Amino acid sequence: MRPYLTTLTAILAREALRFIHQRERFIAALVRPLVWLLVFAAGFRAALGLSITPPYQTYIEYETYIIPGLCGMILLFNGMQSSLSLVYDREMGSMRLLLTAPLPRWWLLFSKLLASTAISILQVYTFLAIAALYGIWIPATGYITVLPALIVAGLMLGALGLALSSFIKQLENFAGVMNFVIFPMFFLSSALYPLWKMAESSETLHMICALNPFTHAVELIRFSLYLQWNGAALLWTLLATALFTAAALWGYDPSRGLIRRKA
Amino acid sequence: MRALLALSLLTTPALADEIWVTNEKDDTVSVIDVETLEVIQTYETGERPRGITFSKDFSRLYICASDSDTVQVMDPTTGKILHELPSGEDPEQFVLHPNDRHLYIANEDDAITTVVDTETREVIAQINVGIEPEGMAVSPDGKIAITTSETTNMAHWIDTDTQQLFANTLVDSRPRHAEFIKDGSELWVSAEIGGTISVFDVETQAETTKIDFEVDGVHPDRVQPVGFEMTEGDTHAFVALGPSNHVAVVNAATYEVEDYILVGRRVWHMDFNADRSLLFTTNGVSGDVTVIDVAERRALKSIKVGRFPWGAAFRPTD
Repeated sequence: MRPYLTTLTAILAREALRFIHQRERFIAALVRPLVWLLVFAAGFRAALGLSITPPYQTYIEYETYIIPGLCGMILLFNGMQSSLSLVYDREMGSMRLLLTAPLPRWWLLFSKLLASTAISILQVYTFLAIAALYGIWIPATGYITVLPALIVAGLMLGALGLALSSFIKQLENFAGVMNFVIFPMFFLSSALYPLWKMAESSETLHMICALNPFTHAVELIRFSLYLQWNGAALLWTLLATALFTAAALWGYDPSRGLIRRKA
Repeated sequence: MRALLALSLLTTPALADEIWVTNEKDDTVSVIDVETLEVIQTYETGERPRGITFSKDFSRLYICASDSDTVQVMDPTTGKILHELPSGEDPEQFVLHPNDRHLYIANEDDAITTVVDTETREVIAQINVGIEPEGMAVSPDGKIAITTSETTNMAHWIDTDTQQLFANTLVDSRPRHAEFIKDGSELWVSAEIGGTISVFDVETQAETTKIDFEVDGVHPDRVQPVGFEMTEGDTHAFVALGPSNHVAVVNAATYEVEDYILVGRRVWHMDFNADRSLLFTTNGVSGDVTVIDVAERRALKSIKVGRFPWGAAFRPTD
């Protein structure tokens, strides 16, 4: 058991160190959702005062609607970014060192996943604190009940990043994947507009949005922020986590996947 | 047996206070339970119910059935219409005199204010006022009644002893609602198109100040003050701003707007619960009632009622 914990703490410490050393990255990760909240959402303030959708019980301003989506955005970008660092590690050789540790590979990857999720959640809470100062009201207990949702969503997006990084040969390719994965995932979800709004413009778009696991991650965060249960969103997010983890494990399996071909 | 009785006491909900809402297009009133914030009853009324108020002891409910040209008197415990009062044509809004007997009714189509005795069920006076009268108020001492006229843009001051006009004061375009505050020393009149509330000194009938509204991200044309109600001690006014879908919170001492709260579409009138901790606003276009936490100035919930809810009145049940 001990070697497991040693590895976990080592990976956590490394991520924490990286986090502390890259304060710019932390700030940059915060600036992105803040720009959406303070600039984009402010312009659309009255746009959504037309319908009441659960978990909300009354009309809300757009700034309030967009908060869970922006929490999701932080998790999404961080999940991808930490995978980017994996590609970097692989190119630099430190990854190889890590993967040679005499422990099951899934444990190594899980430790990595856990570490990057922890950092993401720290960023989400910082963002939520700024949003509260800006005047966004969320029930006090919502800040606690959202934690499990953030963990599940963080693990899901981190696993997706891991899976993607295992199939990417070079650092440069990853930038392309960012564009092909992050943007569609974010825009084709309920992060910026409620799904009924999507359905109004196109049924196909609405269907894609409803299938997008990121939508369910955002809804899971949204419902738990307002102390409500959303079993379907939880199930979808867990299912996606399992799928992405399986893909990552397959991709990082030395006897299969691209790791082997690249070796 | 005793256990069964105790259980039934536990499971039978205590009667909670209610908010009664007229639904202009459904010809009904909806009854909202103040505890559960749900509609518990809907009663049929005459055509196009608008103004709504209770007698002092809450045993009778008066409803302006505008298109039926009558004021209906309902028994709030059964929802039965007891009788109708002669009201003049197209009664829109009314106010009950502190004597609990005389109803002052604005007859929108006739440019008349009708005074009806609710006991003898007879019209005791008809007073010519400006065109399209709407807002009605009576001073707490009962000596002055106010009618505001939408097209003439005036507040008409009526001496309730003689039932004669004794003053007319200009307000901004399309006045909608009037209210005496601070023990009857001030009169506030909202002007829908003018986008203001005019404040008058009752003693001199002179305008002392005007309150303006400005909602972020909403075109000024859509900021249309209509109904308003005062919090405990008349410290703050909550003002419905019509199609801007917001309620403004005005400090009654400084006349500054302190907050805007997002509610449903075309917010019109409102009323408080018993301790004035909750405010219920009628939102005409979205067909719901938004509940506002007064202390926190935050919308808690919007409750679906009938089509085009218009007026609201509170009824305690214990």
